[in-house]
Amino acid sequence: MSVGVDRTEKFAEYAVGEMLVSTDWLAEHLGSDGLVVVESDEDVLLYETGHIPGAMKIDWHTELNDAITRDYLDGAGFAALMGAKGISRETTVVFYGDKSNWWASYALWVFRLFGHPDVRLLDGGRSLWQAEGRELTKERPAPTRARYPVAERDDMAIRAFKDDVLGHLGKPMIDVRSVLEYTGERTHMPDYPEEGALRGGHIPGAQSVPWARAANEDGTFKSRAELAEIYQDEKGLTTDDDVIAYCRIGERSSHSWFVLTYLLGFDKVRNYDGSWTEWGNAVRVPIAKGEDPGTAGA
Amino acid sequence: MSELPSALQGIVDDFAEMPSDQRLMLLLEFSDGLPDLPATYADHPELLEAVPECQSPIFLAVELADSGIDPPVRLYFSAPAEAPTTRGFAGILYEGLNGLRVSEVLAIPDDLPNCLSLTDQVSPLRLRGLAGMLGRIKGQTRRLAGTNT
Repeated sequence: MSVGVDRTEKFAEYAVGEMLVSTDWLAEHLGSDGLVVVESDEDVLLYETGHIPGAMKIDWHTELNDAITRDYLDGAGFAALMGAKGISRETTVVFYGDKSNWWASYALWVFRLFGHPDVRLLDGGRSLWQAEGRELTKERPAPTRARYPVAERDDMAIRAFKDDVLGHLGKPMIDVRSVLEYTGERTHMPDYPEEGALRGGHIPGAQSVPWARAANEDGTFKSRAELAEIYQDEKGLTTDDDVIAYCRIGERSSHSWFVLTYLLGFDKVRNYDGSWTEWGNAVRVPIAKGEDPGTAGA
Repeated sequence: MSELPSALQGIVDDFAEMPSDQRLMLLLEFSDGLPDLPATYADHPELLEAVPECQSPIFLAVELADSGIDPPVRLYFSAPAEAPTTRGFAGILYEGLNGLRVSEVLAIPDDLPNCLSLTDQVSPLRLRGLAGMLGRIKGQTRRLAGTNT
């Protein structure tokens, strides 16, 4: 890794603690050679209202998605984006964002699809940085264009498609949406046609673990022991399970993917980014309603 | 599309004429320009209607200026600074609709969000939040004016 890791005690407990940095660490390391800070938010204007000095903006909607197909950039597109942001293959990229790092985790996950080696998340995200009264600026950085190799996207290891999920029915899955979305009540409420799914409910067999259970009030991650209690003791998952996580479009489940993979050390976790906006609209896929996970093929 | 009221048409034109990479900065200006709630609402948030179509907590209220025929409509919004996109939409509705008459508010086309030249920059779910705000403004206006149209 090109920039030293954060040795904060809390992080040492996690399976891969070097994936996290604290606000203290980031404040100390801002401006270091080989470090690029990336803000990725749900709100497309938040970066413009003020951001961590030197941070680059990456927008999931306009920059990480392909403009035509519902998919991510290809290798050439990603290389061009990285070059423009001043990121080389050796750069340490620290992500942060709003909503307890939903979108920051999502961007980090997309970077991992392209195998970017050194990616890390700011524990607590934008809200903690702000709550601590740390500096924000409206000044946009002018990065020096970097050379980034064309790395093909690997969709096998950490990404699941609808057919993968169909083949996975009966194996461990977590639905990280709110409970009302899980039970299927929410799309039945007359004021919510905007959710963009024709059917409500969840994928049969998926257990409900709303993403927010992994976060503290201040947006930081819960301790390893607390996380193990939720995912391993309560839900009965084990680190060698093959797990698929999903939500509505794959952003909240990136957060849970990060927790399972790097904080708890699960070997094989895939994020189903098609998520409910695909499953809830697909013809003849099985759906379970209510609080019970249900079983496939029943 | 039918004629828009002039203030709103001006906003639509401003967005359309702006180079696409600067449209977000214009939206930020609307976010910054949204007036604070008057004390009557700031002290009584229960008088405001929530807009659950938006992913951010936003609340609004509609008043009629007088009891005459087709009176002017007054709008009030509450949206957090951490949600500048949603605030920007509220700012557009405030600038474009506040002070219009009931009949004019009710005639605003429901596809207004698609007319703002923002569909490339702002995700569809966000734009539906704007449609939700507009729908609720029209709903309250209809109830207050006692029209069933």
